[in-house]
This record gives sequence, C-alpha cells and structure tokens, in this order.
Amino acid sequence: MTDASYHTAPIPGSPTDARGALLAADGTPLKAKLRESMRTSRRRAFMLVLPLLLFVLASFVVPILMLLWQGVYNSTYATDMPRSAPIARAWDGTSPPTEAMAEAMVLDLRDAREAKTIGKVATRVNRELSGTRSLFTKSARRAARMEAPFLDALVDVDEDWGKVETWGAIKIAATSLTPAFYAAAVDAKYTATGDFEMRDEERQIHVSLFWKTIWVSGAVMLACLLLGYPIAYLLAHLPMRTSNLLMILVLLPFWTSLLVRTTAWIAMLQSQGVLNDIFVFLGVTGDDQRFSLIYNMTGTLIAMTHILLPFMILPIYSVMRAIPPSHVRAAKSLGATNWTAFWRVYFPATIPGIGAGGLLVFILSIGYYITPALVGGQDGQLISNFIAFHMQRSLNWSLAAALGGILLVIVLVLYWLYDRIVGIDNMKLG
Amino acid sequence: MTDRPFVHFDGVQKSYDGETLVVKNLNLEIAPGEFVTMLGPSGSGKTTCLMMLAGFEAATSGEIYLKGEPINNVPPHKRNIGMVFQNYALFPHMTVAENLAFPLQVRKMRRAEVKDKVARALGMVQMDEFGNRKPAQLSGGQQQRVALARALVFEPELVLMDEPLGALDKQLREHMQYEIKHIHEQLGVTVVYVTHDQSEALTMSDRIAVFDDGVIQQLAPPADLYERPDNAFVAQFIGENNRLPGTVRAIRDGVARVALDQGPEVDALAVNCGDVSNRTVLSIRPERVQVNTVDGPNRLDGRVEELIYLGDHIRCRMKVCGRDDFIVKVPNSPEHAMLREGETCTVGWNTNDCRALDLAPGTI
Repeated sequence: MTDASYHTAPIPGSPTDARGALLAADGTPLKAKLRESMRTSRRRAFMLVLPLLLFVLASFVVPILMLLWQGVYNSTYATDMPRSAPIARAWDGTSPPTEAMAEAMVLDLRDAREAKTIGKVATRVNRELSGTRSLFTKSARRAARMEAPFLDALVDVDEDWGKVETWGAIKIAATSLTPAFYAAAVDAKYTATGDFEMRDEERQIHVSLFWKTIWVSGAVMLACLLLGYPIAYLLAHLPMRTSNLLMILVLLPFWTSLLVRTTAWIAMLQSQGVLNDIFVFLGVTGDDQRFSLIYNMTGTLIAMTHILLPFMILPIYSVMRAIPPSHVRAAKSLGATNWTAFWRVYFPATIPGIGAGGLLVFILSIGYYITPALVGGQDGQLISNFIAFHMQRSLNWSLAAALGGILLVIVLVLYWLYDRIVGIDNMKLG
Repeated sequence: MTDRPFVHFDGVQKSYDGETLVVKNLNLEIAPGEFVTMLGPSGSGKTTCLMMLAGFEAATSGEIYLKGEPINNVPPHKRNIGMVFQNYALFPHMTVAENLAFPLQVRKMRRAEVKDKVARALGMVQMDEFGNRKPAQLSGGQQQRVALARALVFEPELVLMDEPLGALDKQLREHMQYEIKHIHEQLGVTVVYVTHDQSEALTMSDRIAVFDDGVIQQLAPPADLYERPDNAFVAQFIGENNRLPGTVRAIRDGVARVALDQGPEVDALAVNCGDVSNRTVLSIRPERVQVNTVDGPNRLDGRVEELIYLGDHIRCRMKVCGRDDFIVKVPNSPEHAMLREGETCTVGWNTNDCRALDLAPGTI
C-alpha cells in the first residue's frame, strides 16, 4: 500500500469529511484531534530538552557557524578603509591605478594610522601579496604629509604603488565575501581578475597535509581494527566475570587524562626511554643507534592508535555479545570448518560493529590535535595542528575557518559514503 | 533391536564443574530411521546429551558411537549430522537460498547441483517462493521450515532437533509436528528430538527417553510410556495421574495388596513397589477412574469438590482418602452419571489400570 492510499483509504463505517479524511466522534478531523491530544506531552518533552538545546546552540552551533562564515567573509579592509574599499572593488584589476584610487587610499591611510588599525589592514593585504605589510605601514607614516597628486606621492614613497599586483591584492582584500581563503586552503590563489591559479609547487602545503591526515587516520583505524578485533572477541567469549575485569583494563584509559597518557608515551618512546633501553639491553640495537620512535610520524601513529583503541573495541564487543553462539554452531554442524564458520557466518555479523568503530576512530583521528602536537615533531603534524597554528599564531582565522570547513566536508562525505555502502542503520555503538 | 545400533551412547557421563554429573551413565541405542525423543524438565541433561552427539560438548567419560564408529574425537563439522536449533540459527545476512546452499558449498558441490538441491529442499517444506527473502522477512513458522530444510539439504543420515518448535504458537506448533513427522517418514532419516513438551513427544516419536536428574527414567514407545509408566516420575511427567500413597501388605501374581494411608486396602499392579511393608504410591489415570458403576475389589468413597465443564468431558476434582486433588474425567455422554458439587459417590478402578510405583521424593 502506498503512502497516499494509506492516508485516503477510510476505515469502512467511520465518518469522513468531504476529502475522505477520518473524523473523530465530535466531528473534528481525526488528525487535528490527535495533534491536539499530543500537544501537551510534546510541549513537556520540548521543555525538558530546551536548556540543553539552548546550551548547545549558544556554545556549539552558533560559534561553529560564525567561524565557518569567517572562511568566506572577512571585512577587515572594508571596515577600516571605507573610502578606498569601494573604489578598489570597482576597479577592473588590469588597468593602471588611477588618481581617484590613490586619493582614497591616502585619506584612508591617514585615518587608519590615527585609529591604530593600520597594522590589521596591512596584515590582511599582506596575506594576498607578501611584502605589502611594510609598504602599508611605511606609507601610512608619511600619508599625513602627502599632497595631490596622491598617486605620484605614493609612488615616491615606494614604486610598488604603481604596480598592478599591489592594487590587485588590495582589491581582493577589499572584497569582504570572497573565496580567497578556501582557495588558499587548497593551495590555490584567487586573483584580482576573478580567476583561480595553483600556487607554486614549493608553497603548496595544505593539500598534501590533508592527504597525510587522511592517510594517518586510515592507518590508525586499520591498526585499531587489527589490534581491537581479537581483544573484542576474547572479551565477548570469556565468562562474564572475567570479561568484566578485563573490560576495566580497556576502559582504564578513559579515566586518565589524555595529556597524561600522551606524555607517558613520551617517557616510553623517547631515545633514552623505556622501550629503547629494552632494545639496547636485548641487543636489538646499539647504544649509539637508538630508534627514533617519537617526535615523528611513528610516534603519532603509536600514540593515536593506543588512545583511540577503546573506541574500536567497544562497538565491536557489544555487537559480538549479541551474536547467538548457535550461529557458529549451526555453521559447524552444516559442515563448515572453524575458519569457514568464522569468515562466512561470524565475521559478517560483526560488520556493523567494525563499521561503527572504524567510522568513530577515523572521524576522531582526522581532527586529532593534542597527540600529534605533543609527540608528532615536525613530521607528524596533522591538519588540525595547522588550523590551531592559524588560530593562535598567525591569527589568520579566515584561513583556519576555511581549513576547518574543508575538514567538515570531508567528514560529511565519508559519513555519506558509509551510509551508501554499509548503511547507517547497520551501525551499532553499543 | 535386531539391527546394529545407528547411534550408541555407551556409559556416557558429563560434568561441567567436576563436582556434579549433569549426565549420569547414559546408555542408549538408536536404530536407523528411528525417531527418538529426549523428554524431560529443564536441567535434566537432555540437551547436554544432544550437544555431545552433535560434538559441541565433549563427554567426560564413556563413548558415543555413530554407525559403529567412535566419534568422541571427531570435530562437529566432520560428523555429517544435521541440526535444527531452538531459535533456528538462520544466518541473518544470507538469503533463504544462500542459507540452504551453505552446507552444500562448504562440501564443494558444483553450482548447478547446489541450485537443484536447494530448490528441492525448499519444495519439500513448501517454501519455493521465498528463496530470495532474508530470514528477518519471514514469520516464525517459515523460519522454522527453512531451518528444517537447511538441516536436511545435505542429506545427513542423522538429524538432531533441539526444541525446534518452542518459539511457535500452539496451533502452528501442532501443524509443524505433523509436518516434521511426515518428512521423517518420507526421508527415513534418523531423528533425535529434544523437547520438554510431552504432547509433542507423544505425537511424533517412535520411542521416548524420559530424562530426569541426568538419568533416563524410562525408554519406551509413547503408548507404553503413558499406559505403563515404570516409576512415579514418569507417571507424573507424562499426562495426568492421581497419586494415592500407601503401604504394601501382600504381593501375589504381580498384584499388590496396598493399604492406603487414609482408606481401605485396594489392589494394584505391582510394578515398582518393592516388597511387603514398603511404602508405595498408586498411580491411576483420571480417565480410568470409574464413578458409581464400580465392581471389583477397588472401591473408595469420594466427595465432589469442583466441576469444570470442558465440552467433551467434565473434569471433576474429588476428595478421596483425605486428599482433595483426586481428578476424574467424566465423558460428556448420556450413559454417564451426572455429578453435582458436594455430592458423595463411589469411585474405583480395574486392577490393571492402577500401578503401584516407587515413592519418589517430591512426588507426593
């Protein structure tokens, strides 16, 4: 029965209105009556979640949306340079700079110096064309004494003012709603004429960093699966008492601080650390040739695998607990060897757990920050470390937002892919 | 049994903790093509016996023979025994046809042959059109049929069934009982069936082994089990029976003279009552009790306590010999006396219908 016929087919003998909808005993449409009777309970349910909803909105959803908005909208220049911004935007980006552009620029430079906003403006333009920062601060200092014709006065200070590229960078900075940051996030450049071009080979960092992040996440997920699956199997097939005891060991990391666990790995893995001492003692390696296990990619992989392992074990364990032992027995009674019974009957039944654990570990590790920051060194830095760098050091929030936006899109795409391939209803978190 | 036994439990014992025996010295021979039911309350050891036969539990001592070969050290997948599990154990990620093909594929059968056998097995349980469904899309009865077909599709000579009908409603269960019985007759496979439902056991089996406390209490065809129980446990477990405790006064020609605890002396078949002056319990089936038309040595006075109208017969609870749980089934037919509550009457029985049995603890 289709949905439509379901709604229009009346129960025989019940009163209906002109369009065939069911009526309640008092003559009002049944659907309206039902809505009315449900209203109180629905309102109560809503009131119960309202505080949390407000909290999440205020502390989570709104800041994230604001940050994402920063990835495409930056009005530093337009706010602080109100005269030159509209003229620069109207300029075609190829013809030589005009006197009107220069006059607006000089007047704005004077005001910006007064208001002490010149540093912000200079930094903003500098992101589009390096070297313009000093050009702006230098010119602003002398702007007070400049007289018409202003273009010549500017070129007197620095001949860069006569170049089209300088004004191109100004035009991009003057446009508040811009794809420039997203372009920068994928190692491209948005030009004043509205085109995109790739950056020079040696200045491309973000795309390879994204690939590295995805690769590390995949490797961590795989390592967690390989290590976690047998443990989950053991836990699921031991008697309840023993398995509960072992489960505490699995959960123990959850009760200690992430920072403590990560620094513990430093003590373990550093060149004078526990592991290397054991290797030297066993004669695996010489005292002068200790392995470098930390402050590189190896350290990041080891520490992240350890920290994310419970997220893989728990969903798989809960799925395994629910598999009736009779399934494997049935397979064996039907003539399957232990391996066939496992591979064709048991393993497929654990796929929902593997899917949930894999997705969880992958998504967590794709945005992982503390561990790579502490044990990653130069080599083991991930995209989240770069986002943090742009948030805290270079203060290029718009680029950080663009990088974060791309990360979000990657996660959503993965989620969508997972739903298409495995089906999200198949996921079991416990 | 004239044939060489097909399945032979020889002095099999099973203990899980090394302190108590779940199965105590089991000796059982099953003939080829026989339908044997292991019947007993839960915890009586019947399922453990089945699991030992299937190979999922190892016998602690003793040996199990299949077709004369000891199988204690043969892993389950090499025993070639079909098995139907309590909750069907269909593989949820495979379609019905894939479930049925599984035992054939692991035997490396050719694709065309697999397809052919699967189709035939589905036809046998009237599920031809369901090959492409997943088990979750089937009703309980349909899943049951698929499980049955899967246990039979690779043509095992022995099929084990572990309470296969337990999850079905009453009507469907009765229907499936006949169906399993017919398939058994058609194919001639040997079936070992475990259940705690006595009517199921009586309907389907050639022989029934009644289990209690890890021991087979009686092994007999259904009619014998009902008509001639060997001991008080079997009499109580199979069908309904009235129990009257007493003491043996004399035994002559297989008939015991028993003095009832709160009544006169009566006659009963001396089945399992020991010697003179032993305590015993008399067992009489409710439908064998005669009311008011009694002749012979066995007469007692009774008072009607309660009447329950059941259509084809009337169930009458009486107070006899000081016990008020004496049940009589009065057929609803004109030649039988109509009773009224509070009325006193005479009850009695033929000596052949009353069996003097052991006074097992807990049966009174």
